[in-house]
Amino acid sequence: MLSDKLKSTGLADAADIQAAWPAEERLKKGPVAVVECFQEIPCNPCETSCPQKAIVVGQDINALPRVDHSKCNGCTICVSRCPGLAIFVIDEKYSEAESAVTMPYEFLPLPQKGDTVEALDRQGQTCCQAKVIRVVNTKAQDKTPLVTLAIPKGREKVVRFFKLVP
Amino acid sequence: MNTLDFLIIGGGPAGLMAALAASDFGLKPLVIDENQKLGGQLIKQTHMFFGSKAERAGTRGFDIGTELAGEMEKRGIEIWSNSPAVGYYPDGTVAVLKNDKLHGLKPKAVLAATGASENFVTFPGSDLPGVYGAGAVQTLMNVYGIKPGQSVLMIGSGNIGLIVSYQLMQAGVQVKAIIEGLPNIGGYLVHASKIARAGVPILTRHTILEAVGEDQVKGAVISRIDDKWQPVAGSQQNIECDTICLAVGLTPLTEMLWQAGCQMNFVPELGGQVAWHDELMMTSIPGIFTAGDVTGIEEASTAMLEGELAGLGAVKYLKGDSKELQCRIDDTACRLAGLRAGPFGQKAREGKCKLKECRIKQV
Repeated sequence: MLSDKLKSTGLADAADIQAAWPAEERLKKGPVAVVECFQEIPCNPCETSCPQKAIVVGQDINALPRVDHSKCNGCTICVSRCPGLAIFVIDEKYSEAESAVTMPYEFLPLPQKGDTVEALDRQGQTCCQAKVIRVVNTKAQDKTPLVTLAIPKGREKVVRFFKLVP
Repeated sequence: MNTLDFLIIGGGPAGLMAALAASDFGLKPLVIDENQKLGGQLIKQTHMFFGSKAERAGTRGFDIGTELAGEMEKRGIEIWSNSPAVGYYPDGTVAVLKNDKLHGLKPKAVLAATGASENFVTFPGSDLPGVYGAGAVQTLMNVYGIKPGQSVLMIGSGNIGLIVSYQLMQAGVQVKAIIEGLPNIGGYLVHASKIARAGVPILTRHTILEAVGEDQVKGAVISRIDDKWQPVAGSQQNIECDTICLAVGLTPLTEMLWQAGCQMNFVPELGGQVAWHDELMMTSIPGIFTAGDVTGIEEASTAMLEGELAGLGAVKYLKGDSKELQCRIDDTACRLAGLRAGPFGQKAREGKCKLKECRIKQV
C-alpha cells in the first residue's frame, strides 16, 4: 500500500521504505539492491536487466517488482536501467564505520572519486558528509552514471542523493 | 491527382509504427509530417521510457525516434517532411502543403495520427512573456539547446510536468516548486521522488493566483486550496521566478477527423472530442483510421501500439485477412491491453470503453 505522504509529496514514508528493505542478515553479507518502486506502473526493465534473475515483475507488466534479495549480488546493473531511477545498492560491509550506497546521477558535472559531497535525504536536505568512492559511466549505462558514496553507518535508509560542495 | 494506398498524417510514435507495420505486410505508405524532423514528440524526450522491453522500455525517447526514423529510411518508406495536411475534401482528397505547393492526395486508406496540443490556464498575468507551455520549454531546451529562463515555477504534476521539471534541473535551471490542484501527484511517483530528493518541493492542493511582473514574469503568487478549490486565506506565498511553465494537460488535434465527417464523441477520460474507432483503430468511415494522442491522451508507448494496430488495420482493410495478419493483430492488441491493465491505465480503459458504447448507441 502506498502511503498518503508518498502520493501527495513524492516522499516515501517509513512503511513504504520498510516494504522494500532487505533482511538484516542479507545486508550483513554485502551489496544488495533496494528497489524503491512503490507504485504499479507499466514497466519492467529491472526484471529484464537482472543477470541473476533476482527481480520479477511477471506477466502483468503493471505488477510491482518482487526482489529475491538472496539471489541479488549487488551488481548495480539494474540501477542505471530503471527508468524511474528508483533502485539503489546498499553495501553495509563496506567498512567498519561506513556503508556504501550506489545511486543513479544524471547531472553535470559528475563528481570525481575522492570528492567530498553533501549527502541529501529524500527531501533534498543535507544529512551528512559523504565521500565519493566510485563513479561509473559506461556506454551500456546510456547516460545514467552511477555514483557510490561512503556514508556513516546508520544512514543507509536516508541518503538518496547528494550535492557537490563548491 | 495522386493515388496511393495508405497515407499517414503525422510522423510521431503512432504514425511511424503504423507505417512500419503496414510495410511488414507489403503496403507502401506515405508519411507526411508538418515538422522537419520525424518522430513527433519523441525527438525531445530525453528520459528513459517505461513500459515493456518489447516496447523499447529503458531506451530514451529520442533514441526511439531515431531508431524508428532509421528503420523507415532502411525500408525506403516515402516521407514528406515540412508538409502539413491542411484539408480533407468530401471525395476523399487530402490537401497537403509541400514546398509552397498544394498537393491533392487521394489515398485508399488514411490514418490521422495528428497528436495533441497543450492546454492553457488563464490567471492574471498569464499573458506575460515568461509564461510557457511545458512542451514549448521542452522543445526549446532539448531540440534547440536554449534555456527558457533561470528559475521556474511548474504548474501541474502529471508526467509532463514532472519530466520537464527534471529536465530543467538537468539544464541547470532552478525549479522553485511544482504545484498541483489535486490532492495527489498526477504522474509516476518515481519521477516525483527523484525531483523531491534534489530539493524541489511538490505542493499538491495548490494553485497559482497570479503572475507578477510588468513586462515579463518576475514571480508568482500561489495559494493552498480547499476541497472546493477555493484559496485558503492566509496561505498565499510569493515565488520569485522568471518563468512559469504550464503542464496542465493535452487536447487531441482532431480537425482532420471532423472534416472527414467521422463520428466524434466527447469523452473526458480521453481528453475531449475523439473519433469513435473499432478494435483496429478504424473510425466510423471505412478506410479512415486514427491512433495515438488524437484518439485519447496517453503515453508514447500506448501510442506506438495503437499506431501498429492502425497499420495492421489498414492492411486488413486493403488486402483482406490472413492468418499471419490476425496473429500479429492479436499479439499487438494483447500487449496494448497489458500496458493499460494497471491503475495508470484505468482512465484510458474507461474512456475507450465509453467510446465503444457510443457507437453501439447510435447504430
